[in-house]
Amino acid sequence: MDFSIALILVQDGIVNGAIYALLALSLVLVFTVTRVVFIPQGEFVAYGALTYAGLQAGQVPGSVGLLCVLGAAAFLASLWAERHQLGAGRVARLAAGTLLLPAAIAGLAWLVVPHHPGVVVSALLALLIVTPVAPYLYRVAFRPIAHASVLVLLIVAVGVHLALTGLGLVFFGPEGSRADGFTDAIFDFGTVSVAGQSLWVVGLAAALMAGLSLFFGRTLTGKALRATAVNRVGARLVGIGIERSGEIAFILAGAVGALSGVLIVSLTTIYYDTGFLIGLKGFTAAIVGGLASYPVAALAAIGVGVLESFASFWASAFKEVIVFTAIIPVLLWFSLRHHGVEDEE
Amino acid sequence: MSALLELSAVTVAYGGIPAVEDVTLSVAAGTIVSVVGPNGAGKSTLLGAVMGALPARGTLRFDGRDLAGMGVEARVQAGLSLVPEQRELFATMSVADNLLLGGFRHRREGRAALAREMEKVFTLFPRLAERRDQEAGTLSGGERQMLAMGRALMARPALLMLDEPSLGLAPLVVRDILRAIRELRSTGVAILLVEQNARAALKISDYGYVIETGRITLQGPSRDLAADRRVAELYLGLARQTGERQEEDGNRQ
Repeated sequence: MDFSIALILVQDGIVNGAIYALLALSLVLVFTVTRVVFIPQGEFVAYGALTYAGLQAGQVPGSVGLLCVLGAAAFLASLWAERHQLGAGRVARLAAGTLLLPAAIAGLAWLVVPHHPGVVVSALLALLIVTPVAPYLYRVAFRPIAHASVLVLLIVAVGVHLALTGLGLVFFGPEGSRADGFTDAIFDFGTVSVAGQSLWVVGLAAALMAGLSLFFGRTLTGKALRATAVNRVGARLVGIGIERSGEIAFILAGAVGALSGVLIVSLTTIYYDTGFLIGLKGFTAAIVGGLASYPVAALAAIGVGVLESFASFWASAFKEVIVFTAIIPVLLWFSLRHHGVEDEE
Repeated sequence: MSALLELSAVTVAYGGIPAVEDVTLSVAAGTIVSVVGPNGAGKSTLLGAVMGALPARGTLRFDGRDLAGMGVEARVQAGLSLVPEQRELFATMSVADNLLLGGFRHRREGRAALAREMEKVFTLFPRLAERRDQEAGTLSGGERQMLAMGRALMARPALLMLDEPSLGLAPLVVRDILRAIRELRSTGVAILLVEQNARAALKISDYGYVIETGRITLQGPSRDLAADRRVAELYLGLARQTGERQEEDGNRQ
């Protein structure tokens, strides 16, 4: 291996690592706020990617139907959960958020698709279609058991993951898809050439992380989310709705997943079940960060990305094995050093 | 005038065993009411039930509203605030952020209004102002209690409930906390104070209840209760242990 190949591998690793970093941050956020290990995170990547690809191919993707059905289910679940304290205003707001919103998004998709939307419009529309699925899932699957143990929440998360993978096969079919990126420009720097799309991925990921850091550091809503993560009892005592916090965490997770999918579908072929492995690598990074620290998780994600690209060069058949094996020494080190993340309740 | 908080025949049970039984109690607006009793008498359970963290039977009315069916967040919105015995601070966040989040109920009034409210808390507890940017988890026990009270006050509650505010604190710090509670009364907030330290609680409150094994056994104006022979018998032992006997003797002369 010479220097230029190494540079290409590092570049590849950083681009993938940026995606893993986004997913890791989102996993940490959802876990600390709701205690849910969000296994279906990867499905949001696949759904985002395939919805975007479908829109570009001039189809209204099946995920639009899922959005509407889940929205209705979330409406019913919320009515049931809040049956003791429902007012007309609350019902109206619920209906707007869970029935009207998906209908409007579906309507928009039907209107826009025949006109062959551009890259940006498709990307935004894909985000609109896939993101709300996450908070709806929260209301249907996780909110009713919000006080259950981490293990129960994990098992439900696995169930949701399996269901979404199966539905993905129904909606998008078994074929993989690729789609156009935001740009096909290629920049040459001496021996290395950098794809414009790679710069988009890294740039957007960095911008999103900076935005999230501002959100958590400066805004009252962001601080309320952190407070929920730090002390749930304390958060309730100052009137922060735990459930509202959980829902916001899921909205962010859905958006981050969908955006990651839109970004990588031009770099690699995405199948209905590709998301899981991608999410798992984000999860590996999140574990290195102890499911608690954002900066460590982000750095670890870059490490995972680079390790993966070198592994695929040297021993491509074993690349996943190598990446996931890397987590073992980390876990060993954790268990020797302290007791890791424990169930708090 | 009807009371701000009215409990009638309230029973709270853990798995069929009542921890609080048939408690009837009221707190008038702008007054300090203390509930004293030994460890395990059901004092904290009572506050948990008022806050909505524990299911209770009986009638709980606050500010003319029935509290039944209202969750913790709804009760905070209605003007109830609890400082629990464990403080439950946001340990990895700064003192200022803890206070800011205390005002979460008033978030729509904007940052400027919350900042003004925070200055009031800093006037009441100057120690917190010095520690403004420090993480709450690094504070001393007394400072934590001050921060927990400050955070609760940021919600501008109509009724502030304090669970054992003096527990585990050095005597000088206890004096600071008690002074702050007395100062608070002048701002119009009603206070429901739960304490093992009966003498201190009765000294600063207007009305008192004695609770033993889940039931109210005595009640009356705090001055009368403090002089009551039965209360003295109940707490003489405790007073001797904490070295307050001398102070008591000094007051008598």
